[in-house]
Amino acid sequence: MQFAVLMGFVLAALAPLMHRWFAGRTSWVLALFPALIAGWLFSQTPTVIEEGSLLLEWQWVPSLGISLTFLLDGLSLLFGLLITVIGTCVFIYAGGYLKGHPDIARFHIALMAFMVSMLGLVLADGLVTLFIFWELTSVTSYLLIGFNHADLQARKSARQGLFVTFAGGLALMAGLVLLGVASDSWSLSDIRAMEADLRDHALYTPMLICLLLGAFTKSAQFPFHFWLPNAMAAPTPVSAYLHSATMVKAGIYLLARLQPELGGTALWVGTLSLVGATTLLVGAFLAIHHTNVKKLLAYSTIMALGTLTMLLGIGTEYAMTAFVTFLLAHSLYKGALFMVAGNLDHETGTKDVTAMGGLRPLMPVTAMIALVAALSLAGVPPLFGFIGKELKFEAVLGAGNYQALLVPFAFVSAVLTIAVAAIIALRPFYGRRHQTPKVPHEAPVSMLIGPGLLSIGSVVFGIAPAMFGADALLTSAASAVAGQPMEVTLSLWYGVNLALIMSVISLGLGFLLFKYWDNVRARLSLLAPIMRHGPEAGYEGLLNGVVQFSEWQTRILQNGYMRNYILVMLVILIALIGNSILLRHSPLIVFELDVRFHEIIVVGTMTMSALFATITRSRLGAVASVGIMGFSIALVFILFSAPDLGITQLLVETLTVILLVLVLFRLPRFSHLSTSLERIRDGSVAAMMGILIFLLIMTAWSIDQFESISTYMVENSAPLAYGRNIVNVILVDYRALDTLGEMFVLALAAIGVIAMLKLRHEPESPKTAAESSKTDTKEPFDG
Amino acid sequence: MVKSGTIILNTAARFLMPLQLMFSVFLLLRGHDEPGGGFIAGLVAAGAFTLYLLAFGVSATKEVLRMVDPRDLIGVGLLLGMISVLPSWFMGQPFLTAQWWTIPVVDFKASTPLIFDIGVYLSVLGSVVGMVMALMEVDKDEP
Repeated sequence: MQFAVLMGFVLAALAPLMHRWFAGRTSWVLALFPALIAGWLFSQTPTVIEEGSLLLEWQWVPSLGISLTFLLDGLSLLFGLLITVIGTCVFIYAGGYLKGHPDIARFHIALMAFMVSMLGLVLADGLVTLFIFWELTSVTSYLLIGFNHADLQARKSARQGLFVTFAGGLALMAGLVLLGVASDSWSLSDIRAMEADLRDHALYTPMLICLLLGAFTKSAQFPFHFWLPNAMAAPTPVSAYLHSATMVKAGIYLLARLQPELGGTALWVGTLSLVGATTLLVGAFLAIHHTNVKKLLAYSTIMALGTLTMLLGIGTEYAMTAFVTFLLAHSLYKGALFMVAGNLDHETGTKDVTAMGGLRPLMPVTAMIALVAALSLAGVPPLFGFIGKELKFEAVLGAGNYQALLVPFAFVSAVLTIAVAAIIALRPFYGRRHQTPKVPHEAPVSMLIGPGLLSIGSVVFGIAPAMFGADALLTSAASAVAGQPMEVTLSLWYGVNLALIMSVISLGLGFLLFKYWDNVRARLSLLAPIMRHGPEAGYEGLLNGVVQFSEWQTRILQNGYMRNYILVMLVILIALIGNSILLRHSPLIVFELDVRFHEIIVVGTMTMSALFATITRSRLGAVASVGIMGFSIALVFILFSAPDLGITQLLVETLTVILLVLVLFRLPRFSHLSTSLERIRDGSVAAMMGILIFLLIMTAWSIDQFESISTYMVENSAPLAYGRNIVNVILVDYRALDTLGEMFVLALAAIGVIAMLKLRHEPESPKTAAESSKTDTKEPFDG
Repeated sequence: MVKSGTIILNTAARFLMPLQLMFSVFLLLRGHDEPGGGFIAGLVAAGAFTLYLLAFGVSATKEVLRMVDPRDLIGVGLLLGMISVLPSWFMGQPFLTAQWWTIPVVDFKASTPLIFDIGVYLSVLGSVVGMVMALMEVDKDEP
């Protein structure tokens, strides 16, 4: 299985090549891959149902306890099957929808990578691998949402989705680390087998808050729901995939996965129930504002995600059954409806439902699929959605503390959902014909197979839930979510009870709402000024704030003047090191007057040349005196018997002087730029730096906390490294990795210098010119 | 502009450059036991080319270098540095563990540190000569 996931990434990379081989049939070929995985997963169903769970071990970084082990239980199997089956449909569908698109290969790369990332996420057993796949889905979905990258809105939406889910990803990482620390294990199966109860752990509350933040952002729960409707800027196959069974369900998956270990506390029940119910209502309420068919579906997806979260929060046995049933039902009908929306958009050229009408005779198959899927969405028997809705009502009615609050929420949103379903299934296909930008006709076969299959699924599982072992799989999944074996029996008829009565009333009210939808929408548009202050405004404000802040700090810290950079660096250095020296070690200042005459001469020369370099008014004079100082330093090295350092210093000095000579002619005239006050400031910083270095040396001299490492190097240089020159042995053997790093730094610096000098004359926009002149090349530390 | 044209420098450079280059190779090879090594040798070689550049200018130096672009030397140097990592990897030892072989006939000690040192040599040489050349070419481009 791990092999299959990794193969998926390879296939993604090969997609452009496959387009050369198979041309227009590539989508069909690629669709085989998820179909094969689905087949394999399906073949594992009996084993998983029998044994509860299956571990596919694969060590990755055993020394860190990171494994690529996959955990196959009812929950991950259900998710895996959804991902691969709907993935197959989406691949086939995308082949028709994007037929002839110049960038279809790029689309296939991102879609394939996304699919296997998602698969890895739901199958991962290790917390680290789970997180990696989680982030991979964020990145690949960013590429998918921003597929039409020439469109500003698409780019903006993609970025918004990325920021929101990445911010949540950070919280998730913190949460997973806390989980790993609290349970002292990094794999889900170990955590599950653990005896201690994580709910009593001191870290429970912070851990749960972090994990919930991650799950809520990914699954577009209120108040993070705003990125999901914007993500509709993606091509429709992407929406069908991301918003029916995958991306947004990742958060739900995580919650379901952790429910047995972390669920059931007051914090869990309260947060999940309330956030879920709010999301449910907000999504359903916002949905009927919109006439764009994809936005309608997006908000109804938010509603479904809210429902799932709420059910997990309720946590009763009924709620678990409702959770897995609703999950499957929603994936089936929502996938089909999104593809129907794609067909409408593809064939009519508009996404506005009010601009369509009377399309049924022209697109009979699409109309049929839309009707079946929408009936399932509305929860009309004998479709599978009906079972999901009945169970949902049952679960809400048995919700304990929050029952009084959740029941009206669920009921109102059911009414709104039915209206949405009617709008999508009836509005475009019946009534008067409208003029549309394109002359509509039935969509090609490739765009009917996917939604057709999913709709048939809604019918089959509704009439016969036992077909293909669906109820057994759902039982196994519900048991995995509940953390204990459960018995699930699904049927269309549970007898006349409160839930059924609620269903019937909501159907009637929903249909009424559909009838008067245009009037309702007109009234709702009066609310527009208030709606503008939603969470999205907060996101925009935050983003603008960050941009403004970074502009401000760049202006202050990186204004392009070398002198400012040096000043800031030196002041910080003085503050930090000075602080540490004065507080932690009081330097022992011991003067041993054991100084030779020639040493005094060398030091004197250095001091004189440094002084001369600062006061001279001739640039050549300054260069020369700095050179003298460098050569004196080389002399010091040689005097203290370090010939290698001496030679290096001499050569570097020589080359520095040559480089300076080359640029000397190009420098502007020597002039006074600073006021006397600035000179005093700079002078005192320089003096303090000198004092600091002096103190540093004295401190280093006086403290003797560690045994010197040089003894070891001297002793082992010849026997271990076969070299008598210790400096060289250190460079190429003991510390070769450091040297390697420095080689790269040197190479980067050289390439930077060459690029800046060579590219200067090319025509470029003023902005990039200003930026490149700000880039300072650092002189690398010589090796 | 930076092209001396004085006969003394020109004559000296013509003789000194090969000597300096030979000296740099000498420094490179003895580096493991005596003062020297890739970094120093690279600087000496770079000095040789810089002297030639000052004496004869960029285009003449490019002719001496023929097909070799100093910028490529940087890449080759880095590549050699990375290659020297590989033998220890194949032997199942930690990265950068030194490997030694003796070439029988000439009794020469070959080793991965030597390959690594040659990498240092080439990347230092390429970096410095590349930078100096780029600086001088800016002058040449001047109207």
